[in-house]
Amino acid sequence: MRSTDAVEWAYARWLDLVLAAALALGGFLLLEHGSDGSHVTGGVMIAVAVFMGLYRISRRVAVIAVPYLWLLVFFLVPFVIVIKISLSDIALAMPPYTPTLDPAAGWSGFVDFLGKLDFDNFEFLTMDPLYYKAYLSSLKIAVLSTFLTLLVAYPMAYAMARAPEEWRGTLMMLVILPFWTSFLIRVYAWMGILGREGFLNSFLLWLGIIDEPLVILNTNIAVYIGIVYTYLPFMVLPIYATLEKLDGSLLEAAEDLGCSRLQAFWLVTAPLSVPGVVAGCFLVFIPTLGEFVIPSLLGGSDTLMIGKILYEEFFSNRDWPVASAVAVVLLLILVVPIVLFQRNQQKQAEAGK
Amino acid sequence: MKKLSWFNATSLTLGFAFLYIPMIILVVFSFNGGRNVAIWGGFSTKWYGELFNDEKFLNAAFITLRVALATATLATILGTIAAYVLVRGGRFYGRSLFAGMTYAPLVMPDVILGLSLLLLFKVMFSQSGMLTVILAHTTFTMCYVSVVVSSRLVSFDKSLEEAASDLGASAFDTFISVTLPNIAPAVISGWLLAFTLSLDDLVIASFTTGPGATTLPIEIFSEVRRGVKPQINALSTIMIGIVTVGVLIFSILSKRQIAQRLRDEKRAEASA
Repeated sequence: MRSTDAVEWAYARWLDLVLAAALALGGFLLLEHGSDGSHVTGGVMIAVAVFMGLYRISRRVAVIAVPYLWLLVFFLVPFVIVIKISLSDIALAMPPYTPTLDPAAGWSGFVDFLGKLDFDNFEFLTMDPLYYKAYLSSLKIAVLSTFLTLLVAYPMAYAMARAPEEWRGTLMMLVILPFWTSFLIRVYAWMGILGREGFLNSFLLWLGIIDEPLVILNTNIAVYIGIVYTYLPFMVLPIYATLEKLDGSLLEAAEDLGCSRLQAFWLVTAPLSVPGVVAGCFLVFIPTLGEFVIPSLLGGSDTLMIGKILYEEFFSNRDWPVASAVAVVLLLILVVPIVLFQRNQQKQAEAGK
Repeated sequence: MKKLSWFNATSLTLGFAFLYIPMIILVVFSFNGGRNVAIWGGFSTKWYGELFNDEKFLNAAFITLRVALATATLATILGTIAAYVLVRGGRFYGRSLFAGMTYAPLVMPDVILGLSLLLLFKVMFSQSGMLTVILAHTTFTMCYVSVVVSSRLVSFDKSLEEAASDLGASAFDTFISVTLPNIAPAVISGWLLAFTLSLDDLVIASFTTGPGATTLPIEIFSEVRRGVKPQINALSTIMIGIVTVGVLIFSILSKRQIAQRLRDEKRAEASA
């Protein structure tokens, strides 16, 4: 089947370059004279023209360039901007920071610009106790809630792996299904349960277990519950994956050799499930550290989490340089677990081969 | 197979109760007629009526849907190409940087991605809006698509592609008529994943949005910040319902497809 005969025909007659030239010309005209909306169209037209030209020179390079350039522009460049702004000072202007780079000033302007950058914002982060307390408390909440998630997830994953085979698919789907439902809604559901006049309190009061409503919402306890609840599938699935592969004859061998079931679990099952546990812990710990939605909906005013601080620094205080510095430090903290996680994944992938 | 021990049965029951009871409570109380949000006051659908009379939710839902459709399509194209480049592209200059960039957004906190993209858009555009949200969403969801598609590409036999090119097909033809049909299930799952991630996202959208582009999560968040709202319960119920039905249909379809493939393979073996 030749699905591309027409394309080949046009390609042989260099029609693509004609089209590319037209697109580039049109794009430049739009960039020069258009309004904001047509700037975008112009940019897209030029990008398509460049792609078509590149395709002539090397098809491979052209194909690689598409996702590569996209990620460079929308992932790497923004980071460079964040780092740059974190070294700038706040100013009452638009954009609200100084210095700004003026390409017209040339090389000397660039040197001048570099000279004006400083580490004041980072110094500020170490001086104001709010920030290092927020980092520490984020770390504490992330570590503790990862551990709690593990406590809830392990028995579930274990039981799923031990369930009759025809159930496993359904059980898996039941674990994954909440992941497809909105994160925000799952967190919100707990607001109705944990509130002062919420479901839990009404229920316990009705049962007569408590006389006074418990204060859970807007405390750190609610944050822990929210994190364990929303990230549970991320912990269950990798542990289940390792436990399911576990060779049952190993356990039989252990029991034949005189181990009790508990001993067999500790000596065989637990060590063999470590890769899954490690993967699950990273999958919970890494996103929890920068979590914003859970502390702002379930936490109280004394819940210090760095994601929330960053958000407020940017939107309420409009302090872009400090918000950028907060982001840079958070990223530096995250680099260690991210690299460890990737190593763990690679080791597992190699072991699987 | 032996039966579940009492311990395993208990942990499964408790675990799934923990996962599902909050959502069940949410759904049940969306039909609550009483004024108090936690005390049952009789069955009623009045909150659904109020929800549908509130234009801002309908508008936000429409915007979110448009953003998610555009995002999922763009992200699927870019993510599939990225996966193809990573798995089949061989060595090229800056490959490890590229691999890192397709992986990093998966583990990056939303607040950092949102902040950095916002700062970029402030330089690029004079005003943020639906376009900036789509660009931001495409950037992080294409990485998920790339993961899904590349795991399928790794397991897909390379010799089929080589056979096609030996028979004279161009690289593009090979991709369209051999590679793409084989990785199609992964591409479709990638599209669905990108679609739901975009529907779901609050943090990145609230950083990169502008006037006239308030998405549904942003609207919900600003409503519930102060407390529980029955209309939001109704809205959540509708969303949970749509997702449940969608996932059920998708899993039934894919189960059927797998069964069909197994049958075909058996038939092919029998005739060979």
